[in-house]
Amino acid sequence: MDPIALLIDVVLVLMVIGMVMNLGGLLLWVERKASAILQDRIGANRASILGKLPFNVGIVNTLVADPIKLFTKEDFIPPGADKLLHTLAPIVAVVPALITMLVVPFGDIIVIGGREIELQAARLNVGILYILAMVSLGVYGIVLAGWASNSRWALLGGIRASAQMISYEIAMGLALIGAVLTYGTMDLQEISRAQSGMLFGVLPNWGIFYQPLAFLIFLTAGIAESKRAPFDLPEAEPELISGYFTEYSGAKQAVFMLVDFLESIIVAGLITTLFFGGWQVPLLYRDGIHFPWGSIMPLPSLIVTLIQVGAFTGKVFFFCWLQIMIRWTLPRFRYDQLMILGWKILLPAALLNVMITALAVLISAALQ
Amino acid sequence: MDVITFTVLSVLLVASAIRVVLNRSPVYSALSLVVLMCLLAVYFLYLDAHMVGALQIIVYAGAVMVLFLFVIMLLNLQDTVREYRQEKLWTMGILCAALFGELWFFFGQESGGDSGTQHALPEGFGTVVSLSQKLFTDYLLPFEITSLLLLVAVVGAVVLAKR
Repeated sequence: MDPIALLIDVVLVLMVIGMVMNLGGLLLWVERKASAILQDRIGANRASILGKLPFNVGIVNTLVADPIKLFTKEDFIPPGADKLLHTLAPIVAVVPALITMLVVPFGDIIVIGGREIELQAARLNVGILYILAMVSLGVYGIVLAGWASNSRWALLGGIRASAQMISYEIAMGLALIGAVLTYGTMDLQEISRAQSGMLFGVLPNWGIFYQPLAFLIFLTAGIAESKRAPFDLPEAEPELISGYFTEYSGAKQAVFMLVDFLESIIVAGLITTLFFGGWQVPLLYRDGIHFPWGSIMPLPSLIVTLIQVGAFTGKVFFFCWLQIMIRWTLPRFRYDQLMILGWKILLPAALLNVMITALAVLISAALQ
Repeated sequence: MDVITFTVLSVLLVASAIRVVLNRSPVYSALSLVVLMCLLAVYFLYLDAHMVGALQIIVYAGAVMVLFLFVIMLLNLQDTVREYRQEKLWTMGILCAALFGELWFFFGQESGGDSGTQHALPEGFGTVVSLSQKLFTDYLLPFEITSLLLLVAVVGAVVLAKR
């Protein structure tokens, strides 16, 4: 491997992980302000720089003051807890969440110095399977945190989380199979490329128009996987204090908070890539904007790439925002309702979707 | 796979396998088994079998072992310390060693001096397409029989749960 290619890979990986972590921190602020607006409160508004910057909207609280507070607090391991696993659990939880986005492409090819670089940190033939593998490994951090704390609340939270995540993983995987059948590949960059162009001349050629049911199932299962309301039974605060991370303090508790946001970013990234065209912008092609009436407005390729990366980020941000809105709108499920939704509604619906998609693929292959 | 990677991986793999058997706490045993499954997946990745590696993690580390852990926690086995009878462990160990010695004796001789040579991989080896093509043409019958077997297991579990 030549050193420049290695350097490009390292830069891409650091870029993706940096973007994901920054977005995670920013989402914490968005969540605080959005929930305040929804509930007719003011929300975080205290700390600011010199009383002016940045306009007392709480961004200094969330992004500067809170992390300093959390990381300088005492890190308390309760007596009777399993010290090794108690420390290991946040790490086990955060690593899969950080590296899942590596296979998600955030742009087309960028040309620097005659070198064509795919804007995707890891081009894997088994991209979707890799995502499912990382999502399924994410359970361990939660379960270990619940068990190692040696507390009944935490253990109940951990057990709830493992049952919930296993149940919804199945519906999630089957929803993904619908998308894989449609595009005939598991490589997320190829799936993004296949969504260019227009459908019937008016709609963008996005996956949502081929797989609407899969989109709904994936969104629901994805929110359940990231354990956010209305699926936040593992940390249901009225009965379990804060569930599996009840016994955590300081930096470790901050890590668990971050993991929640990282998972909702992953769900948003996957929805964008599979159902909303990834980095595709309607009418924008590699050589410029193609207007429906036939004229072309040429754009330099660097600008096109920047627009695409911006479009991807915007779409991801929209779906993160949508998840926050859902979280603060819907009340929490009861546990039996959660299981009924997962096994009796989402699973059959996902199986039906797979069958219909397979039939449609067969018929369209026979027609050609 | 070069010698250093192979040695490091194998030492880790055997060490975690030993931990599975010798750990006193069931949770640590199960976690050692998870580590073992992940290391096996790394083996597959090094052997260019990407899909098998991913499936190894999804099925074993992601589903089967989570269920094991779930059951261990649900039954709250954390205080149960497993008692070992030393002589029983030794008998099992010697039996296993004899079995593996036998396997090595027969299959090691069969492949002869060939084991060290590298074969060129066919085009697209280990990709989703090549694996599924084999699965749905050459090995269709065993594949379908396996899925039927899994269906039987599911139905059996439901029947047992209803009783």
